[in-house]
Amino acid sequence: MSGLEDLYREVILDHSRSPHGYGVHDGAAAESHQVNPTCGDEVTVQLHLGDGGHGIHELAWEGHGCAISQSSASILAGLVKDDDPGLLRQRIDAFRELMQSRGEVEGDEDLLGDAVVFQGASRYVARVKCAMLAWVAAEAALATLPED
Amino acid sequence: MSSVTEQPVGVRLDDAEAIRLRADFPLLAGSVNGHPLVYLDSGATAQRPLAVLDAERDFLLHWNSAVHRGAHTLAAEATEQFEQARAVVASFIGASANEIVWTSNATEAINLVAYSIGNASAGRGGPEADRFRLGAGDEIVVTEMEHHANLIPWQELAARTGAMLRVIGLDETGALLMDQAAEFIGDRTRLVCVTHVSNVLGTVNPIDEIVALAHAAGALVVLDACQSAPHRPLDVVALGVDFAAFSGHKMLGPTGIGVLYGRAELLDAMPPFLTGGSMITEVTLDGAKYLPAPQRFEAGTQRVSQAIGLAAAVRYLKGIGVDRIHDHENVLAQRMLDGLDSLPGIRVLGPGRGVERAGLASFVVDGVHAHDVGQYLDDVGIAVRVGHHCAQPLHRRYGATATTRASAYLYTTTGEIDVFLDRVAGVRSFFGADR
Repeated sequence: MSGLEDLYREVILDHSRSPHGYGVHDGAAAESHQVNPTCGDEVTVQLHLGDGGHGIHELAWEGHGCAISQSSASILAGLVKDDDPGLLRQRIDAFRELMQSRGEVEGDEDLLGDAVVFQGASRYVARVKCAMLAWVAAEAALATLPED
Repeated sequence: MSSVTEQPVGVRLDDAEAIRLRADFPLLAGSVNGHPLVYLDSGATAQRPLAVLDAERDFLLHWNSAVHRGAHTLAAEATEQFEQARAVVASFIGASANEIVWTSNATEAINLVAYSIGNASAGRGGPEADRFRLGAGDEIVVTEMEHHANLIPWQELAARTGAMLRVIGLDETGALLMDQAAEFIGDRTRLVCVTHVSNVLGTVNPIDEIVALAHAAGALVVLDACQSAPHRPLDVVALGVDFAAFSGHKMLGPTGIGVLYGRAELLDAMPPFLTGGSMITEVTLDGAKYLPAPQRFEAGTQRVSQAIGLAAAVRYLKGIGVDRIHDHENVLAQRMLDGLDSLPGIRVLGPGRGVERAGLASFVVDGVHAHDVGQYLDDVGIAVRVGHHCAQPLHRRYGATATTRASAYLYTTTGEIDVFLDRVAGVRSFFGADR
């Protein structure tokens, strides 16, 4: 597999063309808007709580940017299904470890699902920020949720 | 030292000559990701010929010392070379040596003007600085195509002084709306800040018309010459601008050195921006008196080897002939434009075919983000710039957040443009944007 094909894995291109969880809407418990100033890419991530206010029922997002930032947001949105905040935090930490590994870490598939394909992107230092954008937004939103 | 022979006037700089010149730029012979480097990012920073590296090294090996202070032999020689470099750069743009202020880069040069005017507006500078004082009711005119470096300093100056910023818009072809320029530049206008050549669109602005409008209104013109000084003959006196700014590293010179040109009578009347050592005549505990320009604006230890490197770059450019470089880049620009225009799903910003444009093309690929385009090109060794190129308002104007920009210089060949075009032709299918 060439470097370019490792970076732009088919699952990444699929998500960038047909994103999951796209579209912010009313009723979010927390929200964060993040911008990558070098390229102008931006993303807004919302956390919607389940009935009774326990667990993150849905992660919704909107934004524009490169295939890496958009697919990463889409895959993150697909992962979050009634996560409690601690689980989402674990996913974010695992993803950050993967992205900072320069290709050395394989990624925990239980926590990251399809997001392990960003191992290829982690070798491209200039693209790590792209991949992290939505996850940083999720982390910032999470930090504003009231503690249980 | 590398050899630059004077070329006969009228002989075109062609591929054969560009290929010969590349021997002066060893970096260009390198490879990236297993492919020969195709460097199409000279608009961001140009590569440096051996002549520039040698000049800096020679100075540092034999003459390095502080300028304008010290009585020893090295200090005297360093000062001599430093001032000689100023004269070389001055003559390159038709100015006098005392009208050239060294700065770190064009951004600092423009900020110097803005902060000096801000200081005058705060009451500094004595009666001769009266003409620079801004306040409520005054207007600063800029354009929608400005690089952030020729926009934000004026936004800040307006905010500090109460002056109002007015913005000349652009038409669909990337040209300034000159009827708007004529409307906005009037009695209230004090400054008109405009780029000579757009770093994104490649548009060449009608500076003579802008200067005529500004001077008829009694306003001063600040020219961003970053994309013109390296690429086309520039005579600031013939153009009639009051200030001009450009950067060394975009014209084969070192980073860390920039130039502010200012008409002598203006510079000598302006209060300083940075203050400190080497810019004073007399200092007491209560205050200071300042040297005339340019020293008035050169506080602190100067960038001596960088200035000498820039002078070597100017000599190199003159040896080839800036008019010939301009003609060569024009051929490359039209080839880029023709090639990109013929590809489906690609939109080039700026002037269309047959209209003069700088040796660059910024484009949007339908369905593929600029960052991904740049990555796809880099994979085969093609270096381009992606992003907003420090011109967010311009991108917003054309409905884009980011573009891909290819920019050429004297060492770029038509063969490289063709390699680039060939690769761009495959980008939409790679990302599935053609489905």
